[in-house]
Amino acid sequence: MKGAKDWREMIGWSSLWLAAGLSVLSLGAILWYILSRGLSAVSLEFLTQAPRRLGSEGGIFPTIVSTLYVTAVAMAMAVPVSLGTAIYLREYMRPSPAERLIRFSLQVLAGIPSIVFGLFGFTFFVIKLRMGFSVVAGGLTLAIMVLPTLIRAFEEAIATVPREYREASLALGADRWQTVRRIVLPTANPGLLTGIVLAIGRAVGESAAVILTAGSAMRMPVFPTDQARTMTVHLYILATEGLSDVHAYGTAAVLIVMVLLLNQLTTVTRARRRGEPRTR
Amino acid sequence: MNAIEVKKLNLYYSQLHALKDVHLECPARQVAALIGPSGCGKSTLLKSINRMNDLIDGCRVEGSVLVNGEDVYIPGYDVVELRKRVGMVFQKPAPFPMSIFDNVAYGPRLHGKYSRLELKELVEKALRDVALWDEVKDRLTKSALGLSGGQQQRLVIARVLAVKPEVILMDEPASALDPIATGRLEELIIELKKDYTIVIVTHNLQQAARISDQTSFVLHGEVVETGPTGAIFTRPRDSRTEAYITGRFG
Repeated sequence: MKGAKDWREMIGWSSLWLAAGLSVLSLGAILWYILSRGLSAVSLEFLTQAPRRLGSEGGIFPTIVSTLYVTAVAMAMAVPVSLGTAIYLREYMRPSPAERLIRFSLQVLAGIPSIVFGLFGFTFFVIKLRMGFSVVAGGLTLAIMVLPTLIRAFEEAIATVPREYREASLALGADRWQTVRRIVLPTANPGLLTGIVLAIGRAVGESAAVILTAGSAMRMPVFPTDQARTMTVHLYILATEGLSDVHAYGTAAVLIVMVLLLNQLTTVTRARRRGEPRTR
Repeated sequence: MNAIEVKKLNLYYSQLHALKDVHLECPARQVAALIGPSGCGKSTLLKSINRMNDLIDGCRVEGSVLVNGEDVYIPGYDVVELRKRVGMVFQKPAPFPMSIFDNVAYGPRLHGKYSRLELKELVEKALRDVALWDEVKDRLTKSALGLSGGQQQRLVIARVLAVKPEVILMDEPASALDPIATGRLEELIIELKKDYTIVIVTHNLQQAARISDQTSFVLHGEVVETGPTGAIFTRPRDSRTEAYITGRFG
């Protein structure tokens, strides 16, 4: 009996180990493959200059700016709306058909492929609202795309705030809004920040939704109505047009490092915030 | 003068009839204890005084609760105002994840404009009133989560006092505390009744006997009997009260 049990334990343990190992290995392989090919292309010139000869020479500076620009517009729209929705769903709404409808819509929204958002953004923002290929059209499309992710993340962050805090606050004569603003949101803050970073990661990495809405002009965008070629779109065009593998990998490497740095940022702010009380 | 008068109070959670025709009178500046077995409705009765039951879905109330003569269940009654007048201490001390100072200043900051100096005085007085000042005066800006359980419970009471309530409700305030911290809490409660009316729910009969002036026995959503604590524990009128305090059930 004991032998059989040990044997089963062995199989269970080793298959789990294998699964974990496989995940790490495949991710590590991709990372190594891209960085080893891409980092050699990355230089100060690559990061700070405009592309020349359709991107086969020069740098990617305008595409970095475009990426950040479009993402900033998307976040400026999506964060307040998502936060409001999450607060409303968690703190105000009681179970009802309306609440179920909102949740159902969010689930549907989360399941839509990004190219469909792109198509919608193209017909609605670009054509119908006459925004043209532009930073706003791209930003708004991305904003809608990240809504479900962001609302979900915010809801989960808010749900981690103990019920006792809310009760204590209400029992001290605070109303619901005061409780949300002074207790719930500050307590949920680390989780909220993590949600925002995850959403930024999605927005920065998105290509299908922006290629149809922000356009692909290589110029530096200045006004929100200008066209913008994000890094992912630039990468896509470099690869599909066979313009420059080296620059495509270089762009990919910069993109990956950017996202990694972003994720690092949350762990740092989290550690700083933990245990440190707010004082005025 | 009764600080609290509960008259013909019926409370329902959806289908469940949780409080049945409850009458209760709590004299001002005394400690009134509510005792009874788990699930008998004593916490529900306590929470109907500051209308915390309003937060529960499907909760319905009939009858009236008077706090210093004012019916708090009349339509349009300002619940926020009520909760300023009737403070509450919960079973598990739940200091907010902020500094000790900010915890105590939370209520005053909600309800009024105070200068920094006034706020400091208010916080110091509240902390002195719960005998916590000397222990925390050098670390007011440190997180309240670093305090011990007993200190946290006294901090939470200071947070209630800073709002200047008329009545303090306590829902098994000592249930998460060790015997020494419980002893200090009981001393504090006796000290506080000089200025406040206190209603306390407790599982601990000795505790009720030690600190309360009046005791009510609650069973199956009814107040079986209310009387001076000494009388309830020595010569209860109702056989069910006697059975409970002699430990035959509950």
